[in-house]
Amino acid sequence: MTPSSEARQIQTPQDLLKVKERTALPAVAESHRAHVLVGMNTCGIASGARETMAALEKEISQRGLHTRIYQTGCVGACFEEPLVDVALPGQPRVTYRNLTADKVARVVEEHLVGGRVVADLALCQSPDGSAALPVLTRYDEIPYNAKQQRIVLANCGLIDPENIDHYIAADGYVALATAVTEMSPEEVIGVVVDSGLRGRGGAGFPTGIKWRFTRHAARHPKYVICNADEGDPGAFMDRSVLEGDPHAVLEGLALCGYAVGAEESYIYVRAEYPVAVARLEKAIDQARGYGLLGRNILGSGFNFEIKIKMGAGAFVCGEETALMASIEGKRGMPRPRPPFPAGSGLWGQPTNINNVETLANVPAIIRNGAPWYKSFGTKESTGTKVFCITGKVKNSGLIEVPMGISLREIIFDIGGGILNDRAFKAVQTGGPSGGVLPESLLGLPVDYQALAQAGSIMGSGGVVILDETTCMVDVARYFLTFTQTESCGKCPPCREGLQRLYAMLDRICKGQGEAQDLDRLEVLSRTITDSSLCGLGQTAPNPVLTVLRYFRDEIEAHVVDKRCPAGVCPELVSYFIDPERCTACGLCKKACPVDAIAGEKKVVHSVIQEKCIKCGACFDACPEKFSAVYRQ
Amino acid sequence: MTNSIAEIEGAKAILVTGSNTTEMHPVLSTYVKRAVRQRDAKLILVDPRRIALQRHATKWLRPKPGTDVAWINGLMHVILEEGLHDEAYIRERTEGFDTVREVVKAYTPTAVEQITGIPAHDLVAAARLFGQAERAAVLYAMGITQHTTGTDNVKSLANLTLLTGNVGVPNAGLNPLRGQNNVQGACDMGALPNVYSGYQQVADPAARERMAQGWQLDGLPDTPGRTLTEITEAALAGEIRALYIVGENPMLSDPDLTHLEKALRKLDLLVVQDIFHTETAQVAHVVLPGASFAEKDGTFTNTERRVQRVRQAVAPPGDARADWEIISELSTRMGYEMAYESPAQIMDEIAAVTPSYGGISYARIERHGLQWPCPSPDHPGTTFLHKGQFARGRGLFHAIEYQAPPEVPDKEYPLYLSTGRVLYHWHTGSMTRRSAGMVDRVSECEMEISAADAARFSIADGAPVRVRSRRGEIQAKAKITNRAVEGTIFIPFHFAESAVNVLTHGQRDPVAKIPGIKVCAVHVEAA
Amino acid sequence: MKVKLTIDGKEIATSHGNTILMAARRAGIEIPTLCYHPRLPASGACRVCVVEIEGRAALGASCAIPVADDMVVQTRSPRVLEARKLAIELLLASGDHNCLTCQANGACGLQERAYELGIETLAFAVQSPGYPKDNSNKMIERDLNKCILCGRCVRACNDVQVNEVLHIGHRGGKAKIVTAFDRSYGDSQCVFCGECVALCPTGALTEAGAKFQGRPWDLKKVRTTCAYCGTGCQLDLNVHKGRVVKVTSDYHHGVPNFGSLCTKGRFAYDFIHHADRLTTPLIREKGALREVGWDEALERVAGQFSEIKAKHGPHALAVLASARCTNEENYLLQKFTRGVLGTNNIDHCARL
Repeated sequence: MTPSSEARQIQTPQDLLKVKERTALPAVAESHRAHVLVGMNTCGIASGARETMAALEKEISQRGLHTRIYQTGCVGACFEEPLVDVALPGQPRVTYRNLTADKVARVVEEHLVGGRVVADLALCQSPDGSAALPVLTRYDEIPYNAKQQRIVLANCGLIDPENIDHYIAADGYVALATAVTEMSPEEVIGVVVDSGLRGRGGAGFPTGIKWRFTRHAARHPKYVICNADEGDPGAFMDRSVLEGDPHAVLEGLALCGYAVGAEESYIYVRAEYPVAVARLEKAIDQARGYGLLGRNILGSGFNFEIKIKMGAGAFVCGEETALMASIEGKRGMPRPRPPFPAGSGLWGQPTNINNVETLANVPAIIRNGAPWYKSFGTKESTGTKVFCITGKVKNSGLIEVPMGISLREIIFDIGGGILNDRAFKAVQTGGPSGGVLPESLLGLPVDYQALAQAGSIMGSGGVVILDETTCMVDVARYFLTFTQTESCGKCPPCREGLQRLYAMLDRICKGQGEAQDLDRLEVLSRTITDSSLCGLGQTAPNPVLTVLRYFRDEIEAHVVDKRCPAGVCPELVSYFIDPERCTACGLCKKACPVDAIAGEKKVVHSVIQEKCIKCGACFDACPEKFSAVYRQ
Repeated sequence: MTNSIAEIEGAKAILVTGSNTTEMHPVLSTYVKRAVRQRDAKLILVDPRRIALQRHATKWLRPKPGTDVAWINGLMHVILEEGLHDEAYIRERTEGFDTVREVVKAYTPTAVEQITGIPAHDLVAAARLFGQAERAAVLYAMGITQHTTGTDNVKSLANLTLLTGNVGVPNAGLNPLRGQNNVQGACDMGALPNVYSGYQQVADPAARERMAQGWQLDGLPDTPGRTLTEITEAALAGEIRALYIVGENPMLSDPDLTHLEKALRKLDLLVVQDIFHTETAQVAHVVLPGASFAEKDGTFTNTERRVQRVRQAVAPPGDARADWEIISELSTRMGYEMAYESPAQIMDEIAAVTPSYGGISYARIERHGLQWPCPSPDHPGTTFLHKGQFARGRGLFHAIEYQAPPEVPDKEYPLYLSTGRVLYHWHTGSMTRRSAGMVDRVSECEMEISAADAARFSIADGAPVRVRSRRGEIQAKAKITNRAVEGTIFIPFHFAESAVNVLTHGQRDPVAKIPGIKVCAVHVEAA
Repeated sequence: MKVKLTIDGKEIATSHGNTILMAARRAGIEIPTLCYHPRLPASGACRVCVVEIEGRAALGASCAIPVADDMVVQTRSPRVLEARKLAIELLLASGDHNCLTCQANGACGLQERAYELGIETLAFAVQSPGYPKDNSNKMIERDLNKCILCGRCVRACNDVQVNEVLHIGHRGGKAKIVTAFDRSYGDSQCVFCGECVALCPTGALTEAGAKFQGRPWDLKKVRTTCAYCGTGCQLDLNVHKGRVVKVTSDYHHGVPNFGSLCTKGRFAYDFIHHADRLTTPLIREKGALREVGWDEALERVAGQFSEIKAKHGPHALAVLASARCTNEENYLLQKFTRGVLGTNNIDHCARL
């Protein structure tokens, strides 16, 4: 889609309007004929969207239909992928869920050819003005969507991310055009400050204030960086935005450059995000082709270039000073701050760093104004936040909600509650360095202050839900396996301290804990938090500290009673067979990998404790109606 | 050096030529590397070999050996053409510019490419880097001077620095890097045929008078003496009959060794004073055991003219004595009493008869050395020379034309040979080849050759080779490396068993009498 | 304009751009350090110099953080002392820090800090990584089991010498100092300047030749000027029992090298005590050299010089002075040549 001729350059805001006028989003442009949208983010592709797309193309061409097929981003309901929208003229779009290639022929035959919705495969219908189909729920009435508020993800799932015209048709680049032709950099900063937008990468520093620091730095050149090094396991907010709406990030970055006085910028993105990288590259080419990047943008005299720098996947490179070192070609290791990047950043020059989500908010803020943005969220934490909800929850996926929504609403209303209707035990927010919060805190409003006070963090937006089958000591140990291996190795508290913390938890899980260990854990955790060089070490003990705070009895059970209440820690669990309930069916005997079950057909079974490796295979194998195998 | 070592770090452009700085002056090279890596200085490296500094170079020019005047004139041509010269500086502080302007006119980038093989666009780019820099320093060493046109080469570099106003200002200058610990001091002290200490001319009656008075003598010889290479010739001719060599090993370091040995053997008396039984000591009539630097007090003057203390740490072995004691006693035995109690006392005498050292005493250099000129006890020393005005008043340009080296490859001797040192050894190796760590790294003579030449002459990596010139033949081990440029081989001169100076020619620069060791023609074959 | 701040209750005015550590030291307040060295850019890695800065959540590395107006700093609060102690305790248990057999015993930053903090017993069980020693060369011995990953060697190699051979490799508990492809020093691009050894605060990097030749407190340091190239580096000959057993330098020696040396200056000193040294005058008789006393040797030289001078004139004599000898010696040689021999036939190998 890269425009080739000079004539296609966008030189004035009016040119932008012309593109918008000649382009319409699929939903509008194709309202006179049938069209199909396929979710082609990584989540969709992983679920088989490429095969679905190929099958659609084949079926449609074989039948000689004139249906247009578009790719689009992710609407968030990753658990329903591949998601395919099918629209007939004059009818609302129907969203099909889990539409793998094998089901495509049926949808094409029945819906596209026959004009009948395949109700058993459909999820919902679009909420637009067309006559609603009586058989289907409206998209916005699904509980998963009802409480969401889309600013950052507004275009995801609606536009083709590889087509700049689609972005422009959705009011894209209007904010940049307005800013560079009508606003001073100070005015742009003023709007961002007034909006109350805070960094979505974790620390929650007010974005506009940060921009002002860099603006006020006297030295040139200055740089702006988009931190797309999304490293939290299970977090894919940024990836979804980059894949579903890359131009929003470019526009936000350009606005940031204009505001702080930078002409050069980098997007530091993980090499493990190949789809995001490819779409960013394409987006940059397109924007440059239109003259929306490059020299003298819209005749304003503002020059701006974006380079992509791929990271090799070190968690610590999400830390801004490590990230800058990595861009400079050095090993990604943090350095002490101050000096902060605003004074001395990339190559020692004034630098502003924001994460993807933060920047993706900016065009909408400039377009709609600070008061509009502040109408979402709370007083101190304005706007929305994108979260990834994963773990033992029914609807796992990507959501965007107003700040201040409660954890309960996220987990139960949007997430649909706990998988298999088990009991909720804890929720962990903010990635591997976040804290675990108990049921009593489910009413907690999700904002920066409340989470911090509770001992956790907003982080970049990961939410992991844990159920009653989870051992909290094991969970703390699990997160430490991650943080201790991802420590860059620079400072002793993080490098050595986390290993010791891990070793202590490991001992406790193995029933070798000592009475003093609770104090030791507490002191070591606090000192690591206090004395580590960067955010990684300073937050890594959070899981341990919150387990000590909210699940102390569970650690005590491990240490004092040598018991794992959740029955997870193998060394602290023994399996038994209740002779009263055992029907000698032999299923557990068959499942046992080490022949640790005694008994014959029709002879009641028992566990040979000396041979048992506590894998739990017998427990899982015993049919629920008997429930003869139990653990203690 | 006109300027100081530490000033290099503040230069905006640095031109390094004829100096394998990281290996020959490793610590000094760190200033160059830091300037480039940490302060964004531009490094222009002019060297036929891909030496380690090349990795840091902004621009690397690779001339054919012996073509230095041509590329330097070429740089000046471009600088003038593009108006990058410092007109005010030339007007106010120099003379003779017009003749240089005339001469360099012919040295267009294309013409220079023909002579040197440096692509015209590279020469232009290098000239811009040098000319546009606010402060540019030139560093050079024996790769510039050890040519039959050595003086011309140095004068050409001087022209370049004058043209761009880079002498007499900080972080710039024309800076020869001295290869031996006290070459500077030996020159300063008048260990030269034409000058007393402090470069006072022996031909100048007033200077002669002053020195004679200082030394309480009735008179001093008035004709300049012979240079090292002239001494060889004179010995061969029977005009010089006795030679006293202190701490030198010409039997390995000098060109055309076969010729030299003949000369030394002709002497009636050869006295060699050294710490080891060197190749030269082996042909001596009398050998006197001296003390190493660790066994005596004194001073060395470094390449930036800084006079620094040498202190005794251990006793000399056996009956060995400090050289100053031996010389004093010899003098006394010849009827002129030298009754110095310590080197400090000698320094006081040096200060008394040497204006540039006038303010130097052991007390003042106890903690930090002083840079001459330091004419009086309250003078702080001189960081860079020619501030405000030149020693001679105005800086003098010299118009120099390029002359081809005397020996170039031909059918019989198809390769250039260049000589020098390696990181782990020093000069004739008498010290480094007796240090375990150095020998462990490099134990034998390796001839560096490009892969293309190796293929052409059927030479395998690591295999023994025979290298032959019009003067002799040696054996060495071949090392195929991308440091070597096609058409030129390199052999270090540390190794007596592969004494490369058997191959080099004794033709000298007409002014400085320096031998043109850096270029000769050789033939190479597998041994 | 001065920056005003408070450190340990003391009001201090210091220059803009100074770090908290510099300001404190100038005010006579000692903050212990480990990974800091004045020759190196600050890294803030070891967390030993951490201080409490009012209004900041976490402790900060005083070596790296610049002063600011109205800053209130505590250098010895309980929080600070606890953090400092933990850092040292963790390091003590992280490797093979057995002082009894360590070449750095008595000159070890880790040992000194542990002593100052009053650490008597190990807080954690020792977990030495068990790396094999790097004995790949005769200059530098590397025992990474004694490495505390302070990164001084890495900065020495990259920021001071700009040789760019060393870096930190791997992550977390596997982090270690590596050369490219984790090769031994001998097989790497190392040029053996020894800057890493000089700046290593522990026994991880030591001079191989100095091993068992004298412990730090045995050595007498004699400052002198290097005998190799013309840079004139200032160095210290470390003497024990009348022998030079090691060469070091010191940042505080200042110009021209600020403590840096090269491989020759630092490691090529064996020749001083080499068995090949000339220890007695020799005179050639019937083709062979015979050991003689000084009297005989000098009489022979003086006599023959006088004889030749008388017979062939002074210009039949010549002297080659030395770029290796001291100024004083070269001065005496020219005086001797001109004043006593009566000729200007003196030169040296400046041209070679």
